[in-house]
Order: sequence, then structure tokens, then C-alpha cells
Amino acid sequence: MTELTHLTISEARDGLKAKTFSAAELAQAHIAAVEKARALNAYVLETPEKALAQAKASDEKIAKGEARPLEGIPLGIKDLFCTEGVVSTAGSRILGNFTPPYESTVTQNLWNDGAVMLGKLNMDEFAMGSSNETSAFGPVVSPWRREGSNVSAGASGQIEGTHLVPGGSSGGSAAAVAAHLCLGATATDTGGSIRQPAAFTGTVGIKPTYGRVSRWGTVAFASSLDQAGPITRTVRDAAIMLRSMAGPDAKDTTCVDLPVPDFEAAVTRGVKGLKIGIPKEYRVDGMSPEIEALWRQGTEWLRAAGAEIVEVSLPHTKYALPAYYIVAPAEASSNLARYDGVRYGLRENGRDIVDLYEKTRAAGFGREVKRRIMIGTYVLSAGYYDAYYVRAQKIRTLIKRDFEEVYAQGVHAILTPATPSAAFGIGEKGSGDPVEMYLNDIFTVTVNMAGLPGIAVPAGLDSQGLPLGLQLIGRAFDEETLFAAGQVIEDAAGRIALPQPWWA
Amino acid sequence: MSVDEKTVRRIAHLARIAVTDEEVPHLQGELNAILSFVEQLNEVNVDGVEPMTSVTPMTMKKRQDGVTDGGYPDKIIRNAPATEDNFFLVPKVVE
Repeated sequence: MTELTHLTISEARDGLKAKTFSAAELAQAHIAAVEKARALNAYVLETPEKALAQAKASDEKIAKGEARPLEGIPLGIKDLFCTEGVVSTAGSRILGNFTPPYESTVTQNLWNDGAVMLGKLNMDEFAMGSSNETSAFGPVVSPWRREGSNVSAGASGQIEGTHLVPGGSSGGSAAAVAAHLCLGATATDTGGSIRQPAAFTGTVGIKPTYGRVSRWGTVAFASSLDQAGPITRTVRDAAIMLRSMAGPDAKDTTCVDLPVPDFEAAVTRGVKGLKIGIPKEYRVDGMSPEIEALWRQGTEWLRAAGAEIVEVSLPHTKYALPAYYIVAPAEASSNLARYDGVRYGLRENGRDIVDLYEKTRAAGFGREVKRRIMIGTYVLSAGYYDAYYVRAQKIRTLIKRDFEEVYAQGVHAILTPATPSAAFGIGEKGSGDPVEMYLNDIFTVTVNMAGLPGIAVPAGLDSQGLPLGLQLIGRAFDEETLFAAGQVIEDAAGRIALPQPWWA
Repeated sequence: MSVDEKTVRRIAHLARIAVTDEEVPHLQGELNAILSFVEQLNEVNVDGVEPMTSVTPMTMKKRQDGVTDGGYPDKIIRNAPATEDNFFLVPKVVE
């Protein structure tokens, strides 16, 4: 029998149903793997007792023939989702020991469908970052290593050598899925935080259409861009997990009242007769030949599977990232105003209330978060609002219009690279100029600005043996086409062999 | 546009974040790097373009105006650093 931690969600579902193994055995295998992988720092909190209790309940359901869609499936939860009675940190010091007395809609949906929680996953502070280096709990170590690299697990249980980042902000989620520390993980994406770490770790990540998944109970970063989705090891698993996460929610007025399609049924649909657009503006200056070759290869795979390939134009692409760095910080500065040391989390006492606020926020927020709150405060301040914020929102309208015009020409989905490069080493980017780090999201951020769905699928390895991903962008509320086309890429590329556990 | 040290201090105060004298020059450099990056947006002709207000065209969901939740002050204050009789405690604000 294959190791239980190496199953896909769909294989585990079959095995549980056939009683080849129990949910308790499946949970136990994962708990053991998580314990042995602490050096990776993927989990900020392990919840083995909860996992075993949920697994026991799942075994009872299975015995009665009442298995639900995710019955007994062990998952990791990004620490941006509030979980009742379980400390939730958003990767920040400012939340202190905040223990939500409520459950986020996404996680409640997963538990209602029978899923099992292994613990909370590390992330960039308030989801602001592309490398998981801004977490208050330290960076996550990618399970991937460059060929011939010196990274290893030292005698003390600490990682030695310059390790790679797993991407971010959902770095813990991507690393945990790639290292077989859960069968799937929840993640969130404001500018690329699901798709970029998925591409860096050889996993599949989908950011659904804005409004497909409820944001209630998920710590807010930029409310008009934030959307939750899964990171998994296969396209089919992403379809299974998203179906459980999504759906209408009366508690979130931006969550749409649309029925959730059977995403898994779409996986085998194929791309015959579909029109796939290749946007010429994504061929950026200085693009690595490896990324360009991968993109061309992806195009050929889709063509061979029966899709019609057309070149399309999205003329405002280059303005998406700068406009994002006005809109997202502006919303963040407003959303993060709530962390004031009064109602929950950290408090640093001061001589008066303003001093208390200022000291609490200075001590509780990390550098990247402070920087973004300050940029947001500046672009919203009197005299600068029109020049920065209103202009950026107008450009956002133009970015969305670009996509609408392409889709009006009959294009069903758009193929692009997921990231401009493979994973980089810790400390290699953004230490001097924050913009260097921001450029990681150049291919993903347009999708958030336009509210569209996007999926990242592993498509190959670079010359250093590191995974590279392709991105498919869909029409609003048409995640099904992304699953269909994503499966074509997965089939053609072959499942990427994930790293052996050198850390254990 | 770029910001000077005085503006950095003003923004920090508006954002209610205490900054030390040593932090100001670093923040100034980083904020100016971001502001110079977004400068390219001025190339775009936005005449007659509506600023985006909602990324997905939708009408606001409405419900009956009624009390649907609440009645558990203990849960509300459970995570607070300082409370008394179900109230949040802060330093004296009114003399």
C-alpha cells in the first residue's frame, strides 16, 4: 500500500470508502509526518487532538454509510482563517493569543463536509508578502532544494544552508502540501498568494472568482481583492476542495447567491473546441528563456488536446501591479485600523489613548505591514486621494475592460506563466527595495484586479530542478473551464515528483 | 511625488504607528521607492473612465431588519486585554 500521506484527496476518499484504512489511521499518519517536519516551520500550531476527534467521528459516519464529500480528509488551515477555540494569528504578533469564539464560513463548510483539521499554517504577516519571510513566526523552509545545494537538516533539528522560500503569502500551505504534511490546504489570494506559492512548490492552487467563496471570518487584508481557495497536489483535488469551500453566505454581502457547480465533473471535460488566448503583453522584457519555453510548451499541449490558440491583447497589463500597490494598501490601512490594543490582541500601555494605539501598533506590526499601512494612509489622505487612489480605481476599470473585450471575442480562457522565475533563496529579494519582491506578482495580480478566477498548475522543472507553473485565467464564475484545461496540462506535463523528506 | 521626513512622521501619526528617529530615513526610502514605482500610472489616459466601485456587478443583498445575532457579551470581551463589567477598558479619554 502507498504511504497514507502520499495519497491524493480522491485516492484517500476511495480508500476510506473501501475501508482499506480508517480516518483515524490517515490522521495519525499525517500527525506523525507533521511532527517530523517541524524544521520546515510550515505549521504554526498543530492540533492533533482535534484531528483525532474529528477522524473518530468520520469513521463512525463511514461505518454508517453516511460519508460526506470530504469525510476523514486531513487538511491544513492557513492561519488567516478564524477557527473557534483555536488561536488564530494571521502571522502577526499584534493578534497575541486571539482565540476566536466563532468559526470562519470556509472552515465551517469544510467541517460540515467531514474534513479533519491538522493545524494552522504559517503565512506572511496579514498575507502581505511573496516569500513567507514577513511572518512573525519566522520563515517557512521550502521542501524543494536546488540540485547540488547544501541545504540539509542539521543534527540539532535546524535547517542548515541557504534554503529556498516556498513563496507567499500562503507559504505554509504550499510547503505543507508539497511536503506531504496534509492532503490539501486552505489558502487566500489578494495579489497572487495562492498561485505564486503553488507554482514555487509544484502544487496546484486556484483563486476562484471574487464572490465565489465567503470572506466571513477570514482576517481581511484588501477586501475588494481577497479570495480564498485551495492548494492541493492535483487539479482534481483542487476541484473537490473548492466545491466544499465555496457557496452562498448570508454573512458576507459580497458572496454571490450562485449554486456551486460540480467542479470535479468538469475535470475530465477536456479543451476540444475551446478558444485559449495568449496575451502578448505577458511577454515581458528580460523574461527567462526557460519560462518562455514552458509557456510555449503549455500552448502546444492545449493545441494538441484540441483547443484553438489565439493571440490576444490586454493592453493595461503593465499598470496592474502599480495600481495594486495603491488599492491594496489603501484597503489594508482601513482594515487594519481595528488592531488598536483595545478589544483583542496585543496591548502596549501608553500615557493616553493615542499613545496606547501608537505603541501597540509599533510593537505589534512587522516592517512590511507598517510600510503598507503607511502607503495606504498616504494615498487616502487629503490632497492625494484623487491623484493616487481614484486614478488607480479608474485604471482598475480599464484592466477589467481589457479582459471583457478578450472574452467578448469568444476566448474561453487565457494561458500565461504563473511567475517570472522559479523559487528564490531566503534573504535574496527585497531587502533594499520592496518593489523587487512585489514584481513576483506581475502575472497574477491582474486577475485579482479584475475579480476573475485563476489557477496555477505545475508544468515542468527548470535547469536547477525547481518546479515552474503555468496560469490559466477564466471568465467570471467559470472555474470549470480552468479545471478542464488545468487537467490537460497536468496530464501532458505528468505529475511532478515532489521532494523526498530530507528534513525528517 | 516623493515624501520628506516630516511627511513620513505625519503619515505615521495618521496611521497611529509610533516611529523612532532611526526608522524614519529607512521608511522614507522605502515609501519613496513605492511611490516612484506607481508614478508610471500617470502615463495612462483615464479621461471619462469611471473608477471601479465593485469588481463583480451585483446588487447589494438585503435582509429583514431584525436582530439575528448577539446577547453574549462574555464572548465579545473574552479576548480583550483589559475589561470591567463587560466593558473594554482604555486610559482616561475625557478630563
